Amino acid sequence: MSQIFELPDVGEGLTEADILSWKVAEGDSVEVNDVIVEIETAKSVVELPSPYSGTVESLLVAEGETVETGTPIIAISGGDESGDDHKQRTRVPSEAAEDEAEPDDEPAPQALVGSGPKADSVKRRARKRPAPAPRPAPQEPERAPQPAQPGEKKGLLKGSLPNWQELQGRATKLVEEGREAIRRMPANGRNEVAGEPTGSIPHRPTLAKPPVRKAAQDLGVDLADVKPTGDNGQVTKQDLMNYVAHIAETTAHSEDGDFWNAESIGDDRIERIKVKGVRKATARAMSQSAFTAPHVSIFVDVDATRTMEFVKRLKKSPKYEGVKVTPLLILAKAVIYAAARNPQVNATWTDSEILIKHYMNLGIAAATPRGLLVPNIKNAQDLTLRELAVALNDLTATAREGKTQPSDMSGGTFTITNIGVLGIDTGTPILNPGEVGILAFGTIKQKPWVVDGEVIPRWVTTLGGSFDHRAVDGDLSARFMADVAAILEEPALLLDM
Amino acid sequence: MPEQQTTVEVPSNPWGIPARLQLLNEEAQLQHDDKFSPYVEDIDRETLQQVYRTMMLTRRFDDEATALQRQGQLALWAPCKGQEAAQVGSAFATRPEDFIFPSYREHGVAISRGIDPGELLALFRGVNTCGWKPQDHNFQAYTLVLAAQVPHATGYAMGLNFDADFGNERDPNSDEKPAVLAYFGDGSSTEGEVHESMVFAASYNAPVLFFVQNNQWAISVPFSTQSRVPIATRAAGYGFEGLRVDGNDILAVVAATRYALEKIRAGEGPVLIEAETYRLGAHTTADDPTKYRTNEELESRTLHEPIGRLEKYLRAQGTPDSFFEELMAEVKEYGASVRNSALNLQNPRFEDFFERVYASAHPLVQEEAQWFQEYQEGFEEQN
Repeated sequence: MSQIFELPDVGEGLTEADILSWKVAEGDSVEVNDVIVEIETAKSVVELPSPYSGTVESLLVAEGETVETGTPIIAISGGDESGDDHKQRTRVPSEAAEDEAEPDDEPAPQALVGSGPKADSVKRRARKRPAPAPRPAPQEPERAPQPAQPGEKKGLLKGSLPNWQELQGRATKLVEEGREAIRRMPANGRNEVAGEPTGSIPHRPTLAKPPVRKAAQDLGVDLADVKPTGDNGQVTKQDLMNYVAHIAETTAHSEDGDFWNAESIGDDRIERIKVKGVRKATARAMSQSAFTAPHVSIFVDVDATRTMEFVKRLKKSPKYEGVKVTPLLILAKAVIYAAARNPQVNATWTDSEILIKHYMNLGIAAATPRGLLVPNIKNAQDLTLRELAVALNDLTATAREGKTQPSDMSGGTFTITNIGVLGIDTGTPILNPGEVGILAFGTIKQKPWVVDGEVIPRWVTTLGGSFDHRAVDGDLSARFMADVAAILEEPALLLDM
Repeated sequence: MPEQQTTVEVPSNPWGIPARLQLLNEEAQLQHDDKFSPYVEDIDRETLQQVYRTMMLTRRFDDEATALQRQGQLALWAPCKGQEAAQVGSAFATRPEDFIFPSYREHGVAISRGIDPGELLALFRGVNTCGWKPQDHNFQAYTLVLAAQVPHATGYAMGLNFDADFGNERDPNSDEKPAVLAYFGDGSSTEGEVHESMVFAASYNAPVLFFVQNNQWAISVPFSTQSRVPIATRAAGYGFEGLRVDGNDILAVVAATRYALEKIRAGEGPVLIEAETYRLGAHTTADDPTKYRTNEELESRTLHEPIGRLEKYLRAQGTPDSFFEELMAEVKEYGASVRNSALNLQNPRFEDFFERVYASAHPLVQEEAQWFQEYQEGFEEQN
């Protein structure tokens, strides 16, 4: 007999998790507490140990999928016949049958502890609703003729658990029939009754929770068309998604590979990407920053020809063999130099204090498979140029592999975003929350530049800086930007450090 | 961020930071201390083996409970991994008549007090609010509200001063009063209740031992942010003795606790012990420690965990391999029994709740219990 493991709530009140990676495959044998899967919740990445021993029969959820707690995720066959959970599962229902005083003990094999508050609350509500039903029990035909058994004691309530369940079943059926009736009403079945004015008939809307309702509205779906499967006859999110998927399938058009959808497909022309993980964190951080810190942005065009030459020389230098040298390295060094001269840009604003950091944890915005991350180089001020080059390489490599640790991203004091690698001239970056300065490094390309009254081609870039005006005034940000620009124009000034 | 911390220069110990007591160092070598070594002289190898066994069972229990939570069988779990010496050692130094007020992480103390795994897990499985009868073990229910147990303990200890014979019923040969132990952590130590408790305990000379396990992290706040000086330093401000011990050194913990309890029993009032230990696991299973502490820190702290140190010492003292092998087998079996008892927990009978309202019978509660019984019997006819 196969044993099913359902996704538990591993935090407090988590309702879903992403399946990151399976540590076992079908056919593997597992022992109790062997790690079988790694999941990611809103709070953390967690390894789940197997509650059973036996052979993995099937993995019920694919990697990368997001599933709700309580969803069966793995089936494990055979193993220990006296498996504890078997006992558990058979025990609960029998106990419930004996112990009528506790309708909370309804047979519910899936309702293990911690399967999330969502499942919990749905169950409780379902029981409470029909609870008063036993009161009119004498009306029930099957019960009325039964003679009282000898020794029978009449209590306060004349119901019983089996009866109560029966009533609950009847109630559910009635609700369903009622819903059917409502659905057959002219207001909903537009074709059924010809000539009747439909507007005057009371219209009961299909049941659905507000997010589902909103989604349906956005998708242009009439909820009345969707088959509801919810406990209370409501259209669930899954119902809506199934319906939409069904519509998409049935109206599938020939140009599958084409990005653009023809209008004829109806309203299903909008692709929905769930906002979660890094995207969600980025969105939160950016809107927090944009709406709390008054940004002031300034720009400066820089002749970076000498920087390019310097980079070229470093590349050739035996000392830098095997180390990747880019203009970003010079810029990073320039930022450290300029921050020491204008310390207030390397700070944190709190409403009562400006915390000036006498160290530089230099953040580098990096596009990674997980999304935008800003890992930082701790104590960058202590690093030599070569050490800084190595640190930059490590940081970007780690980020690209998606292995950046949360601690790598905390405690940043200033950020550089290297938009130049994408061929962009400049932009107005948004501050990393907790910092008061950020610098966008534009692309470096040859442009006409006036030197001593003559137009000559030079390597030119644009620096775009954004600053939190609460902490950094215009003159200070200008001085800082000018200092950075000065280094790019003449890296030899670094010798001054 | 730690970098933003102002470091306080304390060249000549102007704050009176207590010296850190260590009797068994990181390399498992005995250290002599004139004052404290005599307190553990009577502990022979066999006794230490028993203590080691309790620590191992605690570790296994904790691991099993963590796994059960990950399998959806417990709603939550607060691991005590790494704190076994502080917990088992201090519990070992108590007498049965001493009354203990735990937080929610004192699994090693609970096991030492004879509470069985199922009783301990009932709360975390959501089956019961407390799985044991506190009076049966002189071990209060777990307190989930941080620091709330500290004023309870202090009040109980103040009561003992008025009701001197209370604990002696258990030990008629002793003319000493029982003591009260309040367990809490470094995080709780920053809460107001702890301050108030210490003020009251000092004012009323309450026979209470404040036993702080400083596990270095208050969820995600490091100890360096919580306090500029070790917590034990604070005792001087209240006017009683504060001891600072290596909380991963079983002998130091036992010696300090015995010394403190001796003083308390002799009527000298409260004592504070800070056991410096380290939480190897998460704050609770709802927390992800990798978000606030580095792997390097965890690795270096793991090197100093208490069970390995005691094992090394025992082996050096001549404990045979067979002891460890047999214990491993026992521990494995124990893990399975922990799992079993958790999964087979029974819901309490509703009637039991009526019995817990008052210590002695109360007419109103009896009336309600009567009503409930009638109500219940109303269902029985249909069976």
